[in-house]
Amino acid sequence: MIEEYLKYRPLLDDTGIMIGLEIHVQLNKLNTKIFCGCGLDYHNDPPNTHTCPVCLGLPGSLPVINRKAVEYSIKLGLALNCSIQEHTQFYRKNYYYPDLPKGFQITQYDFPLASNGYINIEGENGEVRIRINRAHMEEDPGRLVHEGGNIEHSKHTMIDYNRSGVALLEIVTEPDLRSPKEARRFLDKLRSIIEYLDVCNTSLEGATRVDANISLAGGSRSEIKNISSHKGAERALLFEVVRQKNLLRRGGKVVLETRHFNEEMGITVSLRTKEEEHDYRYFPEADLVPIKVADWAPGIAKTLPELPDAKRERFVSQYGISDDHAKSLTSEKRLAEFYEEVAAHVNPKMAAVWTADVLKGELNYRDIGITAFKSEDMVKLLKLVADDKITDSSGNQIIRTVLDEGGSPDSIVESEGLLKAGGDIIGTAVDEAINENPQAVTDYQNGKQEAVNFLIGQVMKKTRGRSDAKAVREMIIEKFKGIM
Amino acid sequence: MITISQTLKAIDESSYEEVVSQCIERIKNNKLNTFITIAEESALEIAKNINSSKNHLQPLAGVPVAIKDNISTKGIQTTCASNILTGYVPPYDAHVIERLKEAGAIIVGKANMDEFAMGTSTETSHYGPALNPWNTDHVSGGSSGGSAATVAAGEVSVALGSDTGGSVRCPASFCGVVGLKPTYGIISRYGLISYANSLEQIGPIATNVKDMTLLFNVITGYDSRDSTSVQIEKDYTESLVNDVNGLIIGVPDEYFGEGTEPAVEKAVWDGVHTLEGLGASWKKVKMPHTRYALAAYYIIAMSEASSNLARFDGMRYGLRLTKDHDWHTTYSEIRAKGFGEEVKRRVLLGTYALSAGYMDKYYLKALKVRTLVKQDFDLALKDTDVLIAPTMPAPAFKLGEKISDPLTLYLADVNTVPINLAGVPSISLPCGFDNGLPIGLQIIGRHFDEETVLRVAYTFEQNTDFHTITPEVR
Ligand SMILES: [Zn+2]
Repeated sequence: MIEEYLKYRPLLDDTGIMIGLEIHVQLNKLNTKIFCGCGLDYHNDPPNTHTCPVCLGLPGSLPVINRKAVEYSIKLGLALNCSIQEHTQFYRKNYYYPDLPKGFQITQYDFPLASNGYINIEGENGEVRIRINRAHMEEDPGRLVHEGGNIEHSKHTMIDYNRSGVALLEIVTEPDLRSPKEARRFLDKLRSIIEYLDVCNTSLEGATRVDANISLAGGSRSEIKNISSHKGAERALLFEVVRQKNLLRRGGKVVLETRHFNEEMGITVSLRTKEEEHDYRYFPEADLVPIKVADWAPGIAKTLPELPDAKRERFVSQYGISDDHAKSLTSEKRLAEFYEEVAAHVNPKMAAVWTADVLKGELNYRDIGITAFKSEDMVKLLKLVADDKITDSSGNQIIRTVLDEGGSPDSIVESEGLLKAGGDIIGTAVDEAINENPQAVTDYQNGKQEAVNFLIGQVMKKTRGRSDAKAVREMIIEKFKGIM
Repeated sequence: MITISQTLKAIDESSYEEVVSQCIERIKNNKLNTFITIAEESALEIAKNINSSKNHLQPLAGVPVAIKDNISTKGIQTTCASNILTGYVPPYDAHVIERLKEAGAIIVGKANMDEFAMGTSTETSHYGPALNPWNTDHVSGGSSGGSAATVAAGEVSVALGSDTGGSVRCPASFCGVVGLKPTYGIISRYGLISYANSLEQIGPIATNVKDMTLLFNVITGYDSRDSTSVQIEKDYTESLVNDVNGLIIGVPDEYFGEGTEPAVEKAVWDGVHTLEGLGASWKKVKMPHTRYALAAYYIIAMSEASSNLARFDGMRYGLRLTKDHDWHTTYSEIRAKGFGEEVKRRVLLGTYALSAGYMDKYYLKALKVRTLVKQDFDLALKDTDVLIAPTMPAPAFKLGEKISDPLTLYLADVNTVPINLAGVPSISLPCGFDNGLPIGLQIIGRHFDEETVLRVAYTFEQNTDFHTITPEVR
């Protein structure tokens, strides 16, 4: 089996890292849960207020499939280049756990809705195709709430069934990833696709959860369960690489086991070994009649939006921007839309630099999203720069001010007096500076180049920073030539 | 025994309240143990207010009805005759209960049954067996024994049962009343507490075919909350035609196998000949996979049960233990204390049949047999209109006679389980007596052809007197 995977994609080095991911995506943009009519807008509501006999698993209740959830799943399956099953077929996965009110989870087993797809990502050595084994639908269990927030110290655990029955699509990759960094990139790419499709608000708590399988050459695989962030996934995998490497170096054995990632401490701890694994006794769910979906896929395919890869290619050809810029701008749906709104009014290359390099940097620094800045403001700002009315550094300053204090570029230009000073004003300021500082002139004549810098500083002070320093330098040197 | 029209007449002559309270008196006064919960207060309350609601114009206005205790009733304890559901009061009504309420029926209580419908005698009930009104030393049949016995004893005119492998037809046969196992999908199961969800249907029980059909009419119909529910709207009373002229009856030899009492064999053949005398013809049909049906049924039913009963863990409703433990211990203790022996046996066997390494050998093989059994019915009903066979191989057995020997008890279901595997409709109605105990014959039809089944049953009943004989209840 491993040989097959390695034939598909060789190891990067003799550490022999192989990683596979399972990602649970909550289809939280639906109006209702997967098998009942309960709503999904529970995040700000008290526990157990969005429940009914079905999602509480009360005796006698029956599931009915949410057809929109099937539609969303097919949409995501198609976007992952999967083939779609002809019929839906659900199974029961039988196990006991307090968050599971029926004592089984309704999921898919044989005949997953989508299978055999892929996503392209930036690998350690260029672009690489990561295969998707399958994407199957299932119901989310309830949420355990530990008293005091910690499973080790709490005396009681409470259960919130608001989450119970939310539709999930579980996406399972082949073990084609070869480093924690690649895993992170895969997850970022997947998130971007999910956002493009508008099937999941990934910013909600628990919207995407990751299980990661990792093995090193000479060891067994360990599975890290329930990682809640992409950063966390990379950290957990990095921890595992080091742990497994050390273990193997000391002659120890990496055993097949399930581990838990402690996000706070950044470590993984053993949960159970393979011998303690359940026999889930999967068997068909007779309460859900299969739905023929073979003829749904073509129609849904037509509604697919332009996905990140296609958009990136178009940006390069349509706007003439660099591939790096195009990649950065298409990494988030909203960012790409922002860019196109701006590029429609100003030079697209300039728009790319200011959006991808400047604005995105400021946003990342503040850990906020693109919605914090309006595209019209960017257009106004870039027009000011393009018309030479403000300096680049003023442009930067305006972005920072908008993000930190609010306001529009125009009002900030006004209140901060950022309009570039006109030539005569600068000329007057230069003359004044030279006349007021005869010592600087003498210094310059004696070969002290720093004297120029001093004078530039004086001019900038007089013009309240609105002068272009380079232009001022040229003017001063020109004046000196006249004096000498 | 009483009929719906007698009940309606009594209401006309007295009042809704009077009829309900008399019904409850009857239930309380006899010793048949037909009910687990009597909903006296709510029933009387509804009877009192029925005139002010529109319900008094409905077909079953004021008619007391007994509900098998595995059908969810809002505000009325629903136990499945199991200790594990002690104190469980559903916050919602099953689909059939909504329908009954709309039709003006008054739920007087929850009928006794085998625990989680697992049994053929109601002897597995946590509340003790419901007794046979014809002879209280004998069982009432199962699992809907309470529902059939209360109708036979004249406590109520109609009742609801559920039939997973014969659970309506067996007690109907043992108690000398009429019971229908409808086509799978024709009645919504929403609110029916599952034992084996791919096999079971809710079914009506009454003293005669007409009453049973009236009840059936009320509870059928599409329900979006059950995805196996089908969209068929029919008035089944139109099938109540006294005419079998030209119909062809199939008689499968396999249903008269070893263990069939001669009296039963004779009574059923007499029934076939009666219909022949009324213009029907009959022929023998082959159903070669019948002998594998029992094993397949038990494997499938137990497998599904092992999963369906997993939700009973004492965490949210039902039996509570006084001490708090970690969830593992709590689950184990609740299930050890809450489930009876037969339920545990079936859950364990079902778990085994689904486990890795055994699934192919048992569960998947049983599914293959199920397909073959279905084919038997398709073929047999290709050139016949209905099939007729004994419902049970023998009349009601004595209390305690078989309960200690599960295999013998399972064998009693040999003629009823194939019908559930195939999903076809079957009605059981009285066709004779043996030593004072009723004998039942079943009329089996094609999928969704309840009409022909009802027509044959109605014609048989109109031309025989078995349904008019009433037990003397002490
Ligand atoms: Zn719900």
